Amino acid sequence: MGQNAFTNTGKLTRLIFRLDRIRIPLWIIGLAIFTFIVPPTFDGLYPSQQDRDAITSTLANPAMTAMLGPGDLENYTIGAMTAHEMLLMTAVITGLMAILLVTKHTRADEEDGRIEMIRSLPSGRLSYLNATLAVTSGAFLLLTLVIGFGLFGFGIESMDLEGSLLYGAALGGTGLVFAGVTAVFAQLSESSRGTIGWSVAILLGAYLFRAITDLSNEALSWLSPLGWVTKAEVYSSNNWGPIVLMLAVAILLFVIANYLNSIRDLEQGFIASRPGKRNASRLLQSPIGLAFRLQRTGFISWAIGMYVLGASYGSIFGDLESFFEGNEMYQQMLQLSEGASLVEQFIPTLMVVISLIATIPPIMAINKLRGEEKKGRLDHLLGRAVSRSRLLGSYLILSVVNGFVMLSLSAIGLWSAGNAVVENGMDFGMLFGAAFVYYPAMLVMIGLAAFLNGFLPKQTSLVWIYILYSFFVLYLGNMMQFPNWVGQLSPFGHVPQVPIEDATFMPLFILSVIAVGLMILSFIGFRKRDIAN
Amino acid sequence: MSVLEVRNLEKKFGKFTALDGVNFEVRSGEVFGFIGPNGAGKSTTIRVLLGILKANEGEVKIFGKDAWSDAVEIHKRLAYVPGDVNLWPNLTGGEVIDLFVKLRGGNNKSKREELIKKFDLDPTKKCRTYSKGNRQKVALIAAFSSDADLYILDEPTSGLDPLMEKVFQECVLEAKNEGKSVLLSSHILSEVEKLCDRVGIIRQGQIIETGTLNELRHLTRTHILVETKQPIASLTELKGIHEVEETEQGLSFQVDTKELDIIIRHISQFGIVKLESAPPTLEDLFMSHYENKGEREVGGVR
Repeated sequence: MGQNAFTNTGKLTRLIFRLDRIRIPLWIIGLAIFTFIVPPTFDGLYPSQQDRDAITSTLANPAMTAMLGPGDLENYTIGAMTAHEMLLMTAVITGLMAILLVTKHTRADEEDGRIEMIRSLPSGRLSYLNATLAVTSGAFLLLTLVIGFGLFGFGIESMDLEGSLLYGAALGGTGLVFAGVTAVFAQLSESSRGTIGWSVAILLGAYLFRAITDLSNEALSWLSPLGWVTKAEVYSSNNWGPIVLMLAVAILLFVIANYLNSIRDLEQGFIASRPGKRNASRLLQSPIGLAFRLQRTGFISWAIGMYVLGASYGSIFGDLESFFEGNEMYQQMLQLSEGASLVEQFIPTLMVVISLIATIPPIMAINKLRGEEKKGRLDHLLGRAVSRSRLLGSYLILSVVNGFVMLSLSAIGLWSAGNAVVENGMDFGMLFGAAFVYYPAMLVMIGLAAFLNGFLPKQTSLVWIYILYSFFVLYLGNMMQFPNWVGQLSPFGHVPQVPIEDATFMPLFILSVIAVGLMILSFIGFRKRDIAN
Repeated sequence: MSVLEVRNLEKKFGKFTALDGVNFEVRSGEVFGFIGPNGAGKSTTIRVLLGILKANEGEVKIFGKDAWSDAVEIHKRLAYVPGDVNLWPNLTGGEVIDLFVKLRGGNNKSKREELIKKFDLDPTKKCRTYSKGNRQKVALIAAFSSDADLYILDEPTSGLDPLMEKVFQECVLEAKNEGKSVLLSSHILSEVEKLCDRVGIIRQGQIIETGTLNELRHLTRTHILVETKQPIASLTELKGIHEVEETEQGLSFQVDTKELDIIIRHISQFGIVKLESAPPTLEDLFMSHYENKGEREVGGVR
């Protein structure tokens, strides 16, 4: 032990740096772009202090505080606004980046036997862990500087150098804390899935705990690392204390991870993996049961996510009314279209986004078939008394039901939050209808994915491009005034704008026919082709 | 009666011809060894047999039914073990075994438990934690605990330790004693030699030899070690003599088995002091097909 435990850490640091030379810059560039598009946008949208003060009223409610954390609404400059609306969310994503980067080079490398190779070479017992932490720390330092100087570079009055660097440091510090959390769980847990699962649970737990305590007792928020992000009060009082706290906690976690690593055996953990089931449950013993079991965790996570997405959109419905009430110009603009209420005007735009997001999990469900094929696991089923139609059918049914559940949950989320904040409540039937007019379009996407699985198995990812295209032309297209046919190339472009328009039968019927046609064709293709791996 | 019949099977992947007229049959109650080097087409053939790949040409019948169109019916009476067993990392071994048995239909709980014990597998562990050998055990237990009439085993022992390999061999012999048929593709030639009634050798997508081991042995060489009173004259001029070598124990060489009679007659003229002969192993047989016309050095008499 002693000195030898760290032998060759430098060389391994270079190795990991080399391995991650694309991944880390991509993360940093992504986070930077995500951050940098905001201040100029706010500057353009709310040029005067008056404009900004006008929207603080829509932000001063518990739902917003729970979501974004407390902000400096008294002195809502561009800087304070950016920090309030963006910093916490960006910090959560930075935490996720830390979890994925650190897991990859700790438990995942260990699980795949790569650390065994490294350890058989003259390298110290703790070298690889510390090389990983060194690279990760370097990445977060770089992130801090890029974000800090980048924000300062906009030359916006309220965004001085100190505040900008603090903004970057809050992100970098969060990253370091979660790098530490992940490094510890990489020692405790026996698998990379477990490491990611536990660390993400801590991240979400920190977020929820902060949300609750921000509303009930702000002092308690100091217990959550994500609470520190808002406590830094970037661009207002510029409090560096939380950053020091983050560094201290990160170092403490690094030390704990090192200690745990030094006292355990390679490929062992401290959280004993529970013995699994000896026998398969009745549910598992069929192709559809297996397909569901394989996607269960993802399905439940998406279901919760869709409900939360719906609820968070729903929670702004109440503020929407009050926001527009005081603003004659907006009122005139929107009243051009019929006598529907403001909320109702917004619903179709909202539903395109929600339904496109809700299309992601069912497409993942059907494309899992191809994923299983590539891993050679379909052979196990087709080598037994399972027909190809039954196999494809199982995945198709799961996908169609999945889409239905996702769309329903987002509508329920939207309604349950909206109903609570809108004065006279909201009609559930109306919201449900507005969501379900998009179901046939979603089925067309599912049908297309199935069709690709049947005929062009190597091109199954094409459906993602089509979904991305739909999102781009229908969501952004509204702002960019594309010609009509551009939107109509997507099935989602043919959906009637309920509740402003009536749900007309013809387009929905035609979409359904196309969807069913694609699905039937997919069976023909799937039954004829080779199963490759 | 044949359980499995392959006639002129052709399979192309784009322009590449993987199988170029494969012919063989597996008879009822026999263990058929299917051998050939990597890339010869063993696994492709097996995947066509399972209806996972569609043949371009030819006829593949199992239990008298078409392997492609009647796949499901056939698979109710067939058990398959792949060489590279890829399982779902988040299911336990026990769950996978149950799933596999259930998907075929039929259930044999006592056999399952017996095999789990025999193969020494912990069925409560997630497949993620299994080594290659343990994953193979899962597939083997699932296969042998179901009452199949035909077992298709594609290099099933490549990850097993010698002890488990023995358990595997017992399972195959047991199946054979019950009158089941087995198609065993393998690299481990000693295993094939021990288990198989008949052997088919595939090379570059064609079956180049089939028959019982005895029949095949006639096609190859016998090792001879001989010591004579007088030096043997003009031995190398005889037909069918290879790899002549002077050793301390005597003269060692190989003889084409069909020329054996003539050679022994010739040698006996020189007064035999000692004569040892060894039958060709399957390895020799295999090598003789893959070497460039026997140019390669082969070890002496064993």
